[in-house]
Formats: sequence, structure tokens, C-alpha cells
Amino acid sequence: MLKLEKRPQPSRVFAWLTPLMAVVLTMIAGGILFAMLGKNPVEAIRVIFWDPLFNEQFASYSRPQLLVKAGPLILIAIGLSLGFRAGIWNIGAEGQYILGAIVGAGVGLAFYPLDAWYVFPLMVIGGALGGWLWAMIPALLKVKFGTNEILVSLMLVYVGEQLLASMSLGLLKNPEGLGFPGSRNLKDYPSAFNDELIAGTGMHWGVLTAFLAVIFAYILLNRHMLGFSIRLTGEAPRAARFSGVNPNLLILFCLGMSGLMAGLAGLFEVSGPSGQISIDFNTGYGFTAIIVAFLGRLHPVGILLAGLLMALTYIGGELAQLMLSLPSAAIQLFQGMLLFFLLAVDLLTNYRIRFVKREKA
Amino acid sequence: MTITKLLAGAALALGLATSAVAQDKTKVGFVYVGPVGDGGWTYEHDQGRLAVEAHFGDKVETTYVENVPEGADAERVMTQMALQGANLIFTTSFGYMDPTINVAKKFPNVKFEHATGYKTAENVGVYSARFYEGRAIQGTIAGHMTQSNVIGYIASFPIPEVIRGINSAYIHAKKVNPDVQFKIVWAYTWFDPAKEADAAKVLIEQGADVILQHTDSKAPQAAAQAAGNVYTFGQASDMAEFSPMPRISSIIDNWAPYYIARTQAVMDGTWESDNTWDGIGPGMVGIGEITDVVPAEVKAEALALKDAIAKGEYHPFTGPLNKQDGSPWLADGETADDGTLAGMNFYVEGIEGEIPQ
Repeated sequence: MLKLEKRPQPSRVFAWLTPLMAVVLTMIAGGILFAMLGKNPVEAIRVIFWDPLFNEQFASYSRPQLLVKAGPLILIAIGLSLGFRAGIWNIGAEGQYILGAIVGAGVGLAFYPLDAWYVFPLMVIGGALGGWLWAMIPALLKVKFGTNEILVSLMLVYVGEQLLASMSLGLLKNPEGLGFPGSRNLKDYPSAFNDELIAGTGMHWGVLTAFLAVIFAYILLNRHMLGFSIRLTGEAPRAARFSGVNPNLLILFCLGMSGLMAGLAGLFEVSGPSGQISIDFNTGYGFTAIIVAFLGRLHPVGILLAGLLMALTYIGGELAQLMLSLPSAAIQLFQGMLLFFLLAVDLLTNYRIRFVKREKA
Repeated sequence: MTITKLLAGAALALGLATSAVAQDKTKVGFVYVGPVGDGGWTYEHDQGRLAVEAHFGDKVETTYVENVPEGADAERVMTQMALQGANLIFTTSFGYMDPTINVAKKFPNVKFEHATGYKTAENVGVYSARFYEGRAIQGTIAGHMTQSNVIGYIASFPIPEVIRGINSAYIHAKKVNPDVQFKIVWAYTWFDPAKEADAAKVLIEQGADVILQHTDSKAPQAAAQAAGNVYTFGQASDMAEFSPMPRISSIIDNWAPYYIARTQAVMDGTWESDNTWDGIGPGMVGIGEITDVVPAEVKAEALALKDAIAKGEYHPFTGPLNKQDGSPWLADGETADDGTLAGMNFYVEGIEGEIPQ
């Protein structure tokens, strides 16, 4: 008979092993799903996980695209993980991402067509501020009135989407766009364009910032008093209060930081890969980053790897549609399985399974 | 920067050259904004793709990717298609415009066809359908059918195509029923069954007994069916499973002839960038069966209008027409030019409310 027994301490081995187990289980269950759809499961898994990295014909294109796709996911997830560690739940990164893009692009478009080196840095500041301010709304409401930051931040996503539509149709609409919605394309405005730093690598300022954020978060959490307070608050809130952590300051810091990073991600996306403010600019990075944060165990290095893995399933998933005619719903299901299995095998970190002989009555 | 860019361009071109060698089948790619099972917009484009396969058989190979977000993701999907040797790529949503142009620059030998946009290039053509012609017929039927004189309109995004449809439907509803009033809900989506159903319910509660939709799902049809005494029209696709009530007719997008013709052109090497805007006449816009719920004389009137439009005898935007603010737009007998229609951003006189900005 099987019995679950709580471990005295979470297992360090399983903390690292469970994400790998989740990936393997996803491959197996996904393979069965693909087989039921009449596709060769081995081939499908190969197309999703192997081809984007190593296919001779197109991997030189899809490999850099991994960075483009993973950059915003990692940047947002790092910001979210700070709050999640302290038990502060910012679910509205999507909204902060939108606001960062609107403010940042707005700054850039305000200077159009001025050719100056300072345009892009000002846009970056604008993007960071936009995301930060949007996150300050749930933060201040929580500190002042004790509102639930999960609900407020989530609801503000929908407000942000309406604002985005309004901007695409009104204030930021391309005056030369014949009345069609959407802003000017920043790719045609070199001073504001977040180009690849080295052509053909996918590395743009946003990807670089994401990597810097990983290092920043690592140092903060492991070497800094503030990081210690964050961890302590999450693990033992009472102890944290006794040791003099100010919970309100922590809320402002964590929500502010995650908003700022989401805003930056939005700015780098709108000024780079996306190029323009449009009604459908946001594609769910802010929500997917929540999965990435947990898949990476809220650890900076884990998030880096999880972001890359998530990006791989996106790009591989597109290839599977293209090459094997798999429906996109099957790909989404596959991605969902990843989180599902992670949560399921997570049990092994805190519990161990024991085989117990049934005692005779 | 420029040198590395050149190198990257050369590398891409090299990859393209090797992939284009020894190809006997014409490869046609389709990029869809929704799922192929949406029953509306994307479904009809996919029907066009299947028609290309049926028509050319072994001579073509088609691929598609569905649910592609507009923006950076679309650019990547198109690039992947081109890298895998596509000869012709149809990008079937307005938001794919800039991505299509960007990718087309990198692959001068691949032909691109972008639906509903306005930017063309040497290897990028654009195509769209004159849906407003179908809206004129819808408006005529709706104006006759409404008892409450309130017609609900589920609009997607305030872009010229949608505004054209509202204006055309309103003008023709008003013509047969001077008391008619339009209530417009902006759903800000092309496909979201939950939102569309909500919009339909709100309109029905506000007294609308005819609902027109410019969104792609069947949810409004289902909502109307549940409400009982409400008429609807199929959008993009026939949606015949809701006839004879609530669906009393439909506008059908028929892309198949165009897709087959353009694929043929690529095979023959005669493809050239074009700007196609076809309506009922050439068959790009179809009018689904008008059911028996509609009185015979109304049906006859609608079909006569359809014939007149198809033959080019009648233009749905014929003066005298004023803009919403009362300023004159078209003089008596004058018809709207395509330029104005393409960028239409105003309501005609009589429509209440403002176009969201």
C-alpha cells in the first residue's frame, strides 16, 4: 500500500528534479495525445523540442527567435517571482506590460521624426514608469485600504486593454494610416527602434535586460537584506514581522518592481519585435510569465531556463502546426500539461511515498 | 551594423536558395488569426485552402498555422513558412499587414497576399471583398423585418471595413423603414463567443429584434435562438444550422476562386502584385439563402437589389447622403469612390452615437 509521508524538510534533490520529471511526463502524455490525433508521436516531439534548435534548414532562424520569445517572459517572470516569494500576488502583469508599451511608445512617437540618441533611453524610462505606475494602483489600494491585490491587478488588465484600443484608434493612431487603427511602425523610426544588437542573433535590449534582471534578482535574493526580508515574509510572515520587516514597504517594493519589469518588457516588445501599438498588441506574455515563474520555482536561474523552455514549446508548437498539421489547440493542451504535471510532481518535494505493508487485523 | 545586416541577409538568401532547389510541388501557406473551427472568418479562408487542394491535387501542397497573434508572432510564422519553401503565402487578417511587408522584403522570390490591408510591394498583393454590398441586402431585409424598429449591431473594431458595413446596412434599412434605429455594441474582438453572446443579449434586452454581427462566432445566433423572436444573419459563413429562424440570410465570404486563380498564377509564373476588391458580381461575396420566414415580397426586393449590385447598376453608396454631422457627402446620384470607402471613418446621417476613438 502506498502512503504519503511529509518530509521533515523539502527535498533539495526533488526541488531540482521535479521540473525535469514534469517535462518528461509532458512528453509522454503529449505523445499519447498526438498519437491519438493520428500523428507520429516521436516525430511530433522531435519537431517541438529538437527542430527549433538543430534543424539544418531553419534552426539558424528559429534559435535567435527563442531569445526574442523568451526575453519578455523571463523579464516579467523575474519581477513576479519577487512578489510571489513574499506572498504578494501580482496577477496583472499583462496590464502593466500594456501600459509600459503605451507610455514608452508614446514618448517615442512624441519625438517623431527627431533623430537623437536620447529618444530611446527616454522611451525606456517611460516604459518602466508606465508599468510601475499601473502596479502602484493595486499596491497603494492594498496598503491604504487592504484591498486584494489579486483582484485589483487582474481587473486593471482589462482596463489596460481598453486603453490600448483607445490609443490605437485615437491618440497614437498613425496619421498616415488612412484611418486604419494602429500607431506608426517604430521600425521605420531608427531613433526609437529597438533593433537587434548583433544582427541575426535575436539579442535586442529587452533580452539583454532580461538577463541582467536574472543576475539582479539572484543577488537581491541571496546577498541582500531586502531579499532576505522577501523570503522570510513568504516563508514565515509572523517571524518576519517580529524581525522588523515593514509589510507595507515590501508590498510597494514587490508590486512596483514587478510592474516596472513588465512595463520594460512591453516597451522593448513594442519598440522591437512588434513595432507598433495596435489593438491586439498584447498576446498574453503577462499571464504566461506566471507559469514561467512557477515552472522556474521562483528561482532566478530556474526562471531563465523555464522561459527558454516555454519559448521552445511556442516555436516548436508553430512548427508542429506547419509541418505536421497539428491543431493549435493540441499545442495549447501540451503547454497546459507542462504546468499540470509540474504541480502534480511537486508533491514529491514535500512528501515522500512509502510502501507500507497492510497490517493484519 | 550595416555590414552584419548585409551578412545576415546574405545568409537568409542562401538558405532560401537551397530550399527552393528541386521543388516540383507549389507550396502555399496560410496564416490564420482564429481557429479553423470558428465557423466564420477563418473557417471560410480554410475552405478556400481546401478548394486549392481539391483543384490542383498533387501539384500543390498547402500548410497553415492557426491562432497566430498579430505582430511579432505572425512575422515569425511567415518567415518559417518562407524558409520551408513556400512559394505563395496568404496572410488573412488586417493586423498582419506590417509583418507581411517586413517578411516579404527578406524573401523577394516568395509571393505574399495580404487580406484587407492597403500596403503593397513588388511581391505583396492585397485582396478584400466588398462586404458592404452584402450589408445593403441585409439592411433591406432587416428594415422590413423589425417590429420594434430597433436593429442591434455587434461591431468588432472601429476600422473602415466595419464602419462601411454599419453605414451600408443603415442606409438600406432606413430606405425601407424610416423609423429604424441602430444600436451598436463594440466588442473589440473578431472572435470571442462569450463576449459576442453578451453583446447579443444586451442588444435584445434593449429591444432589438434583428441582430447584425461583424464578429465571427455563432454565439449571437444561439443567443437569438434562445430569446425566441429575434432575427439574425450568418456572418462570413452561411451558419445554415440556425435557419430558418433566427438566421434568415447570410453574407458568405467565398475566397476559393481567388485563391485558385492566384495559385495558378504562381504556377504559370504570371503572378503580379495586385489590389483586388471584389464584390457580389465576381462571386467573392455570396448571399446565403433567404429563408421562408421572410415574406415573399421582401425576399424578391432583396434579390432584385442583389442583381442590381451584381450587374453594377446600383452602388450601395449613392447620393444624396450626408455625414452624421449633417455636412453633405454625396450629391444626388453621385456614388462613393473607392478611396473614401477604403478609409471610411464617419457615420452617415441618422446613426446615433460616436465611433469610438
